[in-house]
Amino acid sequence: MAAPQRRRRPPLFVLAAASLTVAFLAIPLIGLLTEASWNTLWHDLTTPVALDALKLSLICSLWATGLSLVLGVPLAWVLARTQLPGRNLVRALATLPMVLPPVVAGVALLLAFGRDGLLGKPLYNLFGIQFPFTTAGAVLAETFVAMPFLIITVEAALRSMDGRYEEAAANLGAGRWRTFRRVTLPMIAPSLIAGTALTWARALGEFGATITFAGNIQGRTQTLPLAVYLALQNNEHVAIALSLALLAVSIVVLVSLRGRWLGATRS
Amino acid sequence: MSLDAEIHVTLGTFEQRLHLDVADGEVVAVLGPNGSGKSTLLRALAGLRPLSGGRIVLDDQVLDDPDAKVLVPPEHRQCGMLFQDYLLFPHLTAVANVAFGLRSRGASNADADERALEWLGRMGLADKAQSKPRQLSGGQAQRVALARALATDPRLLLLDEPMAALDVGTRGSVRHHLRRHLAEFTGSCVLVTHDPLDAAAIADRLVIIEAGRLAQQGTLKEITTRPRTAYIAGLMGLNLLSARASGTTLTLANGATLEAASPATGEVFVVIAPQSIALYPGRPEGSPRNTWPTRVSEIHLMGDRVRVLVDEPVPVTAEITAVSLAELGLTEGSPVWASVKATQIDTYPAHDG
Repeated sequence: MAAPQRRRRPPLFVLAAASLTVAFLAIPLIGLLTEASWNTLWHDLTTPVALDALKLSLICSLWATGLSLVLGVPLAWVLARTQLPGRNLVRALATLPMVLPPVVAGVALLLAFGRDGLLGKPLYNLFGIQFPFTTAGAVLAETFVAMPFLIITVEAALRSMDGRYEEAAANLGAGRWRTFRRVTLPMIAPSLIAGTALTWARALGEFGATITFAGNIQGRTQTLPLAVYLALQNNEHVAIALSLALLAVSIVVLVSLRGRWLGATRS
Repeated sequence: MSLDAEIHVTLGTFEQRLHLDVADGEVVAVLGPNGSGKSTLLRALAGLRPLSGGRIVLDDQVLDDPDAKVLVPPEHRQCGMLFQDYLLFPHLTAVANVAFGLRSRGASNADADERALEWLGRMGLADKAQSKPRQLSGGQAQRVALARALATDPRLLLLDEPMAALDVGTRGSVRHHLRRHLAEFTGSCVLVTHDPLDAAAIADRLVIIEAGRLAQQGTLKEITTRPRTAYIAGLMGLNLLSARASGTTLTLANGATLEAASPATGEVFVVIAPQSIALYPGRPEGSPRNTWPTRVSEIHLMGDRVRVLVDEPVPVTAEITAVSLAELGLTEGSPVWASVKATQIDTYPAHDG
């Protein structure tokens, strides 16, 4: 029997650089955990400011996730399944918010949906609908920033799914809607769930666009990240407690995804 | 006449122009090399690939006619299809897969499930009703897919390479099973395959297409005795040569001649079974009339038989036993003498009519 082959050790300087990176990523988290005052944690999390922020964040992020599903899945389908001209341009547009500085997104939203904005002005004048300084504005900002995660995840899943299953469904007499509901959706379910979780996590953490576009009003537009930022200046305990809450959510999302993001769903 | 299709499809540089009739209860096998348009034909019939010209009529209903702007979408055609790798929905149980078509066509859940179970029973798979496709063997998956295709009571059944995904060991029993169910099927059936054995076992008639055109059609016997293209002859394991006949003398394009037993005139096809070509290390004794020295160009082992391709002047394949191969000591490039009896050479006119 051949002797087991000795694996060559990675170069030392690469190992050193990698260790440095790990430390760089881990130390802030360690700081957060060690600096937290664990015995006042519950008290800090139940202060009126924190409770308002928690409740609002939950509502806004769920709305944003729901809107992303309703608006994003059809677009993902169009991008993946049709040959419409300009798809690449639309795909770039759909992913732009992922790389756009959120504050720029906020400015852009303000210019479009603000009281004097492109669409905001007629909306306000005709229907009295206004987004800045309202919870709807916070939802809008979160949706704008988070939806790309859903679109690209679902599009990737649709692309990796064998389109012939949809042909088989049509051959069996299923119309397009039935095919989508009974075949396409179940087959991309793992990616759809992963994309939804990512979108929700991104919406929950949204800061720049929200504060720029919707403002920072407790109970109305002051979501968790905004509350953390404000609390850091006058009540550090609350800021750390809320940060821990957000960190816990992130870890839960990460664990539940287990590398499913952009993973193929073909079985 | 049940199915009457004139198929014109243009896909980039590929162009298909083909006429296909299939009677009620008839099974037609479509054979052809890769890229000859077999799948395109099935997709056109199923409505997954609209025609660019021609017309598809099934039981007096026009399904596709671009000139008249008629196109019945796939979900409204009474056409069942068995896809190449079955495409059972992975998230549904076997019974739900079979019930899918019934529900799509308006059956109630209870009714669809009942009929689906009945179909699985008929396929001998009642105990697999609650299994997911990944828990089924290849042969079982094929039967579920067949039940799914037949459950909606189609008028036209399309089978796309039904055996291709199965291992050789299970093919025999699956072929037998398929033949039994197709015998009960009253509609028209089109079977696409590249395996003449499947075609022979299952189909009433063979249609052979090459490069999107009809190359030949007929019963298996007609085609094996009178192949009209090199592909078809190869499919049937025969040597096909083109020659000019004058009496019993056949002159090939390169000038080589063969002697046939029965006379003919003009352009002819010459068919020689590989088994009737004998190979010798030197000039054979009492020389038969058709004897020539040549060289071995390729050797293919097929179990205990060996196919030896020989080069000019008469490029043909000889089939000998593995024992003979060893005795002759042949390798690629070896010199060898080939011979064939005049009575083993069959000729027929190269042009129809």
